[in-house]
Amino acid sequence: MSPGQFLLARVDDVVRWAQSSSVWPLTMGLACCAIEMMTATSAEYDIARLGSEVFRPSPRQADLMIVSGRVSQKMAPVVKRLYDQMADPKWVISMGACASSGGVFDNYAIVQGVDTVVPVDVYVPGCPPTPDGLLYAVNLIQQQIREGGRGGLLTRA
Amino acid sequence: MAPSRKRLFNVIALAKGLAVTFSFMFRKKPTIQYPSVKKQHAPRFHGLHELRRYGDGKERCIGCELCSSACPANAITVVGAENAPADRRSPGERYAARYEIDELRCIFCGMCEEACPTDAIVLTPRFEMADYRRGAFIYAKDRLLVPPEAGLGRPPDERPGGIPEDLGRVADIKSTMDIATGYSATKRGEILKTQRKGLAG
Repeated sequence: MSPGQFLLARVDDVVRWAQSSSVWPLTMGLACCAIEMMTATSAEYDIARLGSEVFRPSPRQADLMIVSGRVSQKMAPVVKRLYDQMADPKWVISMGACASSGGVFDNYAIVQGVDTVVPVDVYVPGCPPTPDGLLYAVNLIQQQIREGGRGGLLTRA
Repeated sequence: MAPSRKRLFNVIALAKGLAVTFSFMFRKKPTIQYPSVKKQHAPRFHGLHELRRYGDGKERCIGCELCSSACPANAITVVGAENAPADRRSPGERYAARYEIDELRCIFCGMCEEACPTDAIVLTPRFEMADYRRGAFIYAKDRLLVPPEAGLGRPPDERPGGIPEDLGRVADIKSTMDIATGYSATKRGEILKTQRKGLAG
Protein backbone atom coordinates (compact mmCIF):
# COMPACT_ATOMS: atom_id res chain seq x y z
CA MET A 1 0.00 0.00 0.00
CA SER A 2 1.41 3.37 -1.00
CA PRO A 3 1.28 6.38 1.36
CA GLY A 4 -1.32 8.04 -0.86
CA GLN A 5 -3.70 5.07 -0.58
CA PHE A 6 -3.26 5.04 3.15
CA LEU A 7 -4.15 8.74 3.39
CA LEU A 8 -7.26 8.37 1.21
CA ALA A 9 -8.50 5.39 3.17
CA ARG A 10 -8.24 7.34 6.42
CA VAL A 11 -10.02 10.32 4.84
CA ASP A 12 -12.80 7.98 3.77
CA ASP A 13 -13.23 6.82 7.37
CA VAL A 14 -13.40 10.40 8.62
CA VAL A 15 -15.94 11.34 5.93
CA ARG A 16 -18.11 8.35 6.81
CA TRP A 17 -17.93 9.19 10.48
CA ALA A 18 -18.91 12.79 9.75
CA GLN A 19 -21.75 11.79 7.43
CA SER A 20 -23.14 9.20 9.79
CA SER A 21 -23.02 11.58 12.75
CA SER A 22 -25.01 14.34 11.07
CA VAL A 23 -27.83 12.78 9.10
CA TRP A 24 -30.17 15.71 8.74
CA PRO A 25 -33.74 14.73 7.95
CA LEU A 26 -36.12 16.52 5.66
CA THR A 27 -39.21 17.96 7.34
CA MET A 28 -41.78 15.93 5.51
CA GLY A 29 -44.69 14.72 7.59
CA LEU A 30 -47.35 13.06 5.49
CA ALA A 31 -49.71 11.65 8.12
CA CYS A 32 -49.98 10.40 11.69
CA CYS A 33 -46.48 8.83 11.63
CA ALA A 34 -45.17 12.40 11.51
CA ILE A 35 -46.40 12.90 15.09
CA GLU A 36 -44.14 10.06 16.23
CA MET A 37 -41.34 11.50 14.08
CA MET A 38 -41.72 14.81 15.92
CA THR A 39 -41.77 12.98 19.25
CA ALA A 40 -38.38 11.51 18.35
CA THR A 41 -36.96 15.03 18.64
CA SER A 42 -38.46 15.49 22.12
CA ALA A 43 -36.41 15.44 25.30
CA GLU A 44 -37.37 11.87 26.11
CA TYR A 45 -36.11 10.28 22.89
CA ASP A 46 -33.80 13.09 21.76
CA ILE A 47 -32.77 12.29 18.21
CA ALA A 48 -30.10 14.99 18.68
CA ARG A 49 -27.95 12.32 20.34
CA LEU A 50 -27.67 10.72 16.90
CA GLY A 51 -26.97 14.05 15.21
CA SER A 52 -30.30 14.15 13.39
CA GLU A 53 -32.11 16.90 15.26
CA VAL A 54 -31.86 19.49 12.47
CA PHE A 55 -35.00 18.97 10.42
CA ARG A 56 -34.38 20.92 7.23
CA PRO A 57 -37.37 22.45 5.49
CA SER A 58 -35.47 22.60 2.19
CA PRO A 59 -34.52 19.36 0.38
CA ARG A 60 -31.17 20.77 -0.75
CA GLN A 61 -29.90 20.86 2.83
CA ALA A 62 -31.25 17.47 3.89
CA ASP A 63 -29.56 14.06 3.83
CA LEU A 64 -32.39 11.84 4.97
CA MET A 65 -35.95 11.64 3.81
CA ILE A 66 -38.29 10.11 6.39
CA VAL A 67 -41.42 9.19 4.49
CA SER A 68 -43.72 9.31 7.50
CA GLY A 69 -47.22 8.36 6.56
CA ARG A 70 -49.32 7.09 3.68
CA VAL A 71 -48.32 8.34 0.24
CA SER A 72 -51.36 9.11 -1.86
CA GLN A 73 -51.28 8.91 -5.64
CA LYS A 74 -51.42 12.70 -5.67
CA MET A 75 -48.52 13.04 -3.26
CA ALA A 76 -46.26 10.52 -5.01
CA PRO A 77 -44.95 12.95 -7.69
CA VAL A 78 -44.21 15.47 -4.93
CA VAL A 79 -42.26 12.89 -2.91
CA LYS A 80 -40.32 11.97 -6.05
CA ARG A 81 -39.58 15.61 -6.81
CA LEU A 82 -38.39 16.32 -3.26
CA TYR A 83 -36.16 13.25 -3.40
CA ASP A 84 -34.67 14.41 -6.71
CA GLN A 85 -34.00 17.84 -5.24
CA MET A 86 -32.00 16.41 -2.34
CA ALA A 87 -28.26 16.49 -2.84
CA ASP A 88 -26.27 13.25 -2.92
CA PRO A 89 -25.53 11.32 -0.77
CA LYS A 90 -29.09 10.82 0.42
CA TRP A 91 -30.96 8.17 2.34
CA VAL A 92 -34.62 7.27 2.71
CA ILE A 93 -36.46 5.77 5.67
CA SER A 94 -39.90 4.42 4.93
CA MET A 95 -41.68 4.91 8.24
CA GLY A 96 -44.75 2.93 9.13
CA ALA A 97 -46.96 0.35 7.49
CA CYS A 98 -48.62 2.72 5.01
CA ALA A 99 -45.44 4.22 3.60
CA SER A 100 -43.74 0.84 3.40
CA SER A 101 -46.49 -1.32 1.94
CA GLY A 102 -49.78 0.55 1.93
CA GLY A 103 -50.88 -0.95 5.26
CA VAL A 104 -54.63 -1.22 5.65
CA PHE A 105 -55.18 1.14 2.73
CA ASP A 106 -55.09 -1.39 -0.06
CA ASN A 107 -57.08 0.85 -2.39
CA TYR A 108 -56.90 3.07 -5.45
CA ALA A 109 -55.83 6.21 -3.59
CA ILE A 110 -52.70 5.03 -1.79
CA VAL A 111 -49.35 4.05 -3.28
CA GLN A 112 -48.63 0.46 -2.20
CA GLY A 113 -45.16 1.13 -0.83
CA VAL A 114 -43.10 4.25 -1.36
CA ASP A 115 -40.29 2.09 -2.78
CA THR A 116 -42.23 2.15 -6.04
CA VAL A 117 -41.44 5.89 -6.20
CA VAL A 118 -38.09 6.42 -4.43
CA PRO A 119 -35.38 3.92 -3.40
CA VAL A 120 -35.80 3.07 0.28
CA ASP A 121 -32.87 2.19 2.54
CA VAL A 122 -34.59 1.22 5.77
CA TYR A 123 -38.19 0.14 6.36
CA VAL A 124 -39.81 0.61 9.77
CA PRO A 125 -42.93 -1.42 10.48
CA GLY A 126 -45.55 -0.21 12.93
CA CYS A 127 -48.72 1.80 12.87
CA PRO A 128 -47.20 4.14 13.78
CA PRO A 129 -43.74 2.98 14.84
CA THR A 130 -42.66 4.16 18.27
CA PRO A 131 -40.09 6.99 18.35
CA ASP A 132 -37.48 4.53 19.60
CA GLY A 133 -38.36 2.29 16.68
CA LEU A 134 -37.49 5.22 14.44
CA LEU A 135 -34.28 5.85 16.37
CA TYR A 136 -33.39 2.24 15.67
CA ALA A 137 -33.92 2.87 11.96
CA VAL A 138 -31.68 5.95 12.10
CA ASN A 139 -29.14 3.72 13.83
CA LEU A 140 -29.35 1.29 10.91
CA ILE A 141 -28.81 4.16 8.45
CA GLN A 142 -25.75 5.24 10.45
CA GLN A 143 -24.44 1.70 10.44
CA GLN A 144 -24.96 1.53 6.67
CA ILE A 145 -23.01 4.76 6.17
CA ARG A 146 -20.18 3.58 8.42
CA GLU A 147 -19.92 0.34 6.49
CA GLY A 148 -19.54 2.34 3.29
CA GLY A 149 -23.10 2.12 1.95
CA ARG A 150 -23.91 5.04 -0.30
CA GLY A 151 -27.65 5.13 0.11
CA GLY A 152 -30.38 5.34 -2.45
CA LEU A 153 -29.93 3.69 -5.83
CA LEU A 154 -26.21 3.20 -5.29
CA THR A 155 -26.93 0.75 -2.44
CA ARG A 156 -28.26 -1.73 -4.94
CA ALA A 157 -25.62 -1.03 -7.59
CA MET B 1 -49.54 54.38 34.63
CA ALA B 2 -46.10 55.61 33.74
CA PRO B 3 -44.44 53.78 30.89
CA SER B 4 -41.26 53.11 32.93
CA ARG B 5 -43.19 51.26 35.61
CA LYS B 6 -44.87 49.13 32.99
CA ARG B 7 -41.46 48.14 31.64
CA LEU B 8 -40.36 47.15 35.16
CA PHE B 9 -43.27 44.73 35.40
CA ASN B 10 -42.18 43.20 32.12
CA VAL B 11 -38.73 42.59 33.57
CA ILE B 12 -40.26 40.81 36.56
CA ALA B 13 -42.31 38.63 34.25
CA LEU B 14 -39.20 37.83 32.27
CA ALA B 15 -37.32 36.85 35.43
CA LYS B 16 -40.22 34.62 36.51
CA GLY B 17 -40.20 32.87 33.17
CA LEU B 18 -36.46 32.33 33.21
CA ALA B 19 -36.65 31.02 36.78
CA VAL B 20 -38.90 28.22 35.51
CA THR B 21 -36.41 27.49 32.74
CA PHE B 22 -33.51 27.55 35.17
CA SER B 23 -35.23 25.25 37.65
CA PHE B 24 -35.31 22.52 34.99
CA MET B 25 -31.52 22.42 35.04
CA PHE B 26 -31.64 20.67 38.40
CA ARG B 27 -34.36 18.17 37.59
CA LYS B 28 -33.88 14.59 36.51
CA LYS B 29 -33.09 14.32 32.80
CA PRO B 30 -35.95 12.70 30.93
CA THR B 31 -33.82 11.43 28.05
CA ILE B 32 -33.70 7.66 27.54
CA GLN B 33 -30.24 6.74 26.27
CA TYR B 34 -31.86 4.59 23.63
CA PRO B 35 -29.58 1.95 22.15
CA SER B 36 -27.96 1.26 25.54
CA VAL B 37 -31.14 1.70 27.59
CA LYS B 38 -34.46 0.59 26.16
CA LYS B 39 -37.71 2.11 27.23
CA GLN B 40 -40.10 -0.05 29.20
CA HIS B 41 -43.27 0.41 27.20
CA ALA B 42 -46.80 0.16 28.53
CA PRO B 43 -47.83 -3.31 29.76
CA ARG B 44 -50.24 -3.80 26.88
CA PHE B 45 -47.90 -2.41 24.21
CA HIS B 46 -48.39 -3.97 20.79
CA GLY B 47 -45.12 -4.98 19.17
CA LEU B 48 -43.76 -7.87 17.20
CA HIS B 49 -45.79 -11.10 17.15
CA GLU B 50 -44.89 -14.31 18.84
CA LEU B 51 -46.36 -17.74 18.16
CA ARG B 52 -46.65 -19.64 21.41
CA ARG B 53 -46.28 -23.26 22.42
CA TYR B 54 -47.57 -25.38 25.28
CA GLY B 55 -45.31 -26.50 28.08
CA ASP B 56 -44.66 -29.85 26.39
CA GLY B 57 -43.41 -28.14 23.24
CA LYS B 58 -46.54 -28.61 21.11
CA GLU B 59 -47.67 -25.62 19.08
CA ARG B 60 -50.71 -23.77 20.36
CA CYS B 61 -51.82 -22.84 16.86
CA ILE B 62 -54.48 -25.18 15.46
CA GLY B 63 -54.55 -23.63 11.99
CA CYS B 64 -58.12 -22.31 12.25
CA GLU B 65 -57.31 -19.11 10.29
CA LEU B 66 -59.45 -16.95 12.58
CA CYS B 67 -56.53 -14.52 12.96
CA SER B 68 -56.15 -14.14 9.24
CA SER B 69 -59.85 -13.42 8.77
CA ALA B 70 -59.85 -10.96 11.69
CA CYS B 71 -56.84 -9.10 10.33
CA PRO B 72 -57.93 -5.72 8.92
CA ALA B 73 -54.78 -5.39 6.84
CA ASN B 74 -54.82 -8.96 5.43
CA ALA B 75 -51.30 -9.40 6.71
CA ILE B 76 -51.63 -12.97 7.98
CA THR B 77 -51.46 -16.11 5.87
CA VAL B 78 -52.29 -19.42 7.50
CA VAL B 79 -52.30 -22.75 5.72
CA GLY B 80 -53.53 -25.51 7.99
CA ALA B 81 -52.76 -29.21 7.70
CA GLU B 82 -53.95 -32.38 9.42
CA ASN B 83 -51.85 -33.64 12.28
CA ALA B 84 -50.21 -36.98 11.62
CA PRO B 85 -50.94 -39.35 14.55
CA ALA B 86 -47.27 -40.33 14.77
CA ASP B 87 -45.99 -36.76 14.79
CA ARG B 88 -48.46 -34.41 16.42
CA ARG B 89 -47.50 -30.75 16.11
CA SER B 90 -50.48 -29.36 18.02
CA PRO B 91 -53.01 -30.88 20.44
CA GLY B 92 -55.88 -30.30 18.00
CA GLU B 93 -56.76 -32.08 14.79
CA ARG B 94 -54.93 -29.55 12.67
CA TYR B 95 -51.85 -27.40 12.90
CA ALA B 96 -50.49 -24.47 10.90
CA ALA B 97 -48.28 -25.89 8.17
CA ARG B 98 -47.52 -22.34 7.08
CA TYR B 99 -47.95 -19.29 9.26
CA GLU B 100 -46.72 -16.03 7.80
CA ILE B 101 -47.20 -12.43 8.90
CA ASP B 102 -46.24 -9.51 6.71
CA GLU B 103 -44.99 -7.24 9.49
CA LEU B 104 -44.75 -4.34 7.06
CA ARG B 105 -48.46 -4.61 6.24
CA CYS B 106 -49.48 -5.28 9.84
CA ILE B 107 -50.87 -2.37 11.84
CA PHE B 108 -50.34 -4.00 15.27
CA CYS B 109 -53.99 -3.63 16.28
CA GLY B 110 -54.05 -6.92 18.20
CA MET B 111 -57.19 -8.30 16.54
CA CYS B 112 -55.36 -11.58 15.84
CA GLU B 113 -54.54 -11.84 19.52
CA GLU B 114 -58.21 -11.33 20.38
CA ALA B 115 -59.47 -13.73 17.73
CA CYS B 116 -57.15 -16.59 18.63
CA PRO B 117 -59.09 -19.37 20.44
CA THR B 118 -55.95 -20.99 21.87
CA ASP B 119 -53.84 -17.91 22.73
CA ALA B 120 -51.29 -18.93 20.12
CA ILE B 121 -50.53 -15.56 18.54
CA VAL B 122 -49.52 -12.83 20.98
CA LEU B 123 -48.06 -9.37 20.49
CA THR B 124 -44.85 -8.82 22.44
CA PRO B 125 -43.23 -5.55 23.52
CA ARG B 126 -40.47 -5.82 20.88
CA PHE B 127 -40.35 -2.66 18.82
CA GLU B 128 -37.02 -2.90 16.97
CA MET B 129 -38.17 -4.32 13.68
CA ALA B 130 -36.62 -2.04 11.07
CA ASP B 131 -34.60 -3.69 8.31
CA TYR B 132 -32.97 -2.92 4.99
CA ARG B 133 -35.02 -5.14 2.70
CA ARG B 134 -38.74 -5.32 2.18
CA GLY B 135 -38.64 -9.09 1.76
CA ALA B 136 -37.17 -9.48 5.24
CA PHE B 137 -40.50 -8.56 6.80
CA ILE B 138 -42.37 -11.72 5.85
CA TYR B 139 -42.10 -13.43 9.22
CA ALA B 140 -42.66 -17.16 8.84
CA LYS B 141 -42.84 -19.78 11.58
CA ASP B 142 -39.06 -19.97 11.83
CA ARG B 143 -38.98 -16.48 13.31
CA LEU B 144 -42.42 -16.25 14.92
CA LEU B 145 -42.51 -19.55 16.78
CA VAL B 146 -40.84 -19.57 20.17
CA PRO B 147 -38.34 -22.38 20.90
CA PRO B 148 -39.79 -25.56 22.48
CA GLU B 149 -38.35 -24.74 25.90
CA ALA B 150 -40.24 -21.42 25.98
CA GLY B 151 -43.66 -23.10 26.04
CA LEU B 152 -46.41 -22.18 28.48
CA GLY B 153 -49.17 -24.12 30.23
CA ARG B 154 -50.60 -27.64 30.09
CA PRO B 155 -51.90 -28.77 26.68
CA PRO B 156 -55.66 -29.52 26.45
CA ASP B 157 -55.22 -33.15 25.38
CA GLU B 158 -53.97 -33.91 28.88
CA ARG B 159 -57.10 -32.37 30.34
CA PRO B 160 -60.62 -33.84 30.52
CA GLY B 161 -62.43 -30.70 29.29
CA GLY B 162 -60.12 -30.28 26.33
CA ILE B 163 -59.74 -26.58 27.03
CA PRO B 164 -56.35 -25.04 27.80
CA GLU B 165 -56.39 -24.17 31.49
CA ASP B 166 -54.65 -20.84 30.97
CA LEU B 167 -57.00 -19.67 28.21
CA GLY B 168 -57.25 -15.88 28.04
CA ARG B 169 -54.31 -15.39 30.38
CA VAL B 170 -51.41 -16.26 28.10
CA ALA B 171 -51.62 -12.97 26.22
CA ASP B 172 -51.01 -11.14 29.50
CA ILE B 173 -47.56 -12.71 29.66
CA LYS B 174 -46.01 -10.39 27.14
CA SER B 175 -42.88 -12.35 26.43
CA THR B 176 -41.93 -15.93 27.10
CA MET B 177 -38.34 -15.23 26.21
CA ASP B 178 -35.63 -12.94 27.42
CA ILE B 179 -35.86 -9.99 25.06
CA ALA B 180 -32.19 -9.17 25.35
CA THR B 181 -30.96 -12.56 24.12
CA GLY B 182 -31.68 -15.14 21.49
CA TYR B 183 -34.44 -13.71 19.38
CA SER B 184 -33.57 -13.29 15.74
CA ALA B 185 -35.91 -10.34 15.19
CA THR B 186 -34.10 -8.14 17.69
CA LYS B 187 -30.70 -9.65 17.08
CA ARG B 188 -29.53 -6.71 15.00
CA GLY B 189 -30.38 -4.34 17.82
CA GLU B 190 -28.25 -6.44 20.10
CA ILE B 191 -25.38 -6.30 17.63
CA LEU B 192 -25.61 -2.52 17.56
CA LYS B 193 -25.64 -2.45 21.34
CA THR B 194 -22.61 -4.67 21.78
CA GLN B 195 -20.70 -2.69 19.17
CA ARG B 196 -21.36 0.44 21.10
CA LYS B 197 -20.20 -1.24 24.25
CA GLY B 198 -17.06 -2.39 22.47
CA LEU B 199 -16.32 1.16 21.38
CA ALA B 200 -16.89 2.49 24.88
CA GLY B 201 -14.90 -0.09 26.81
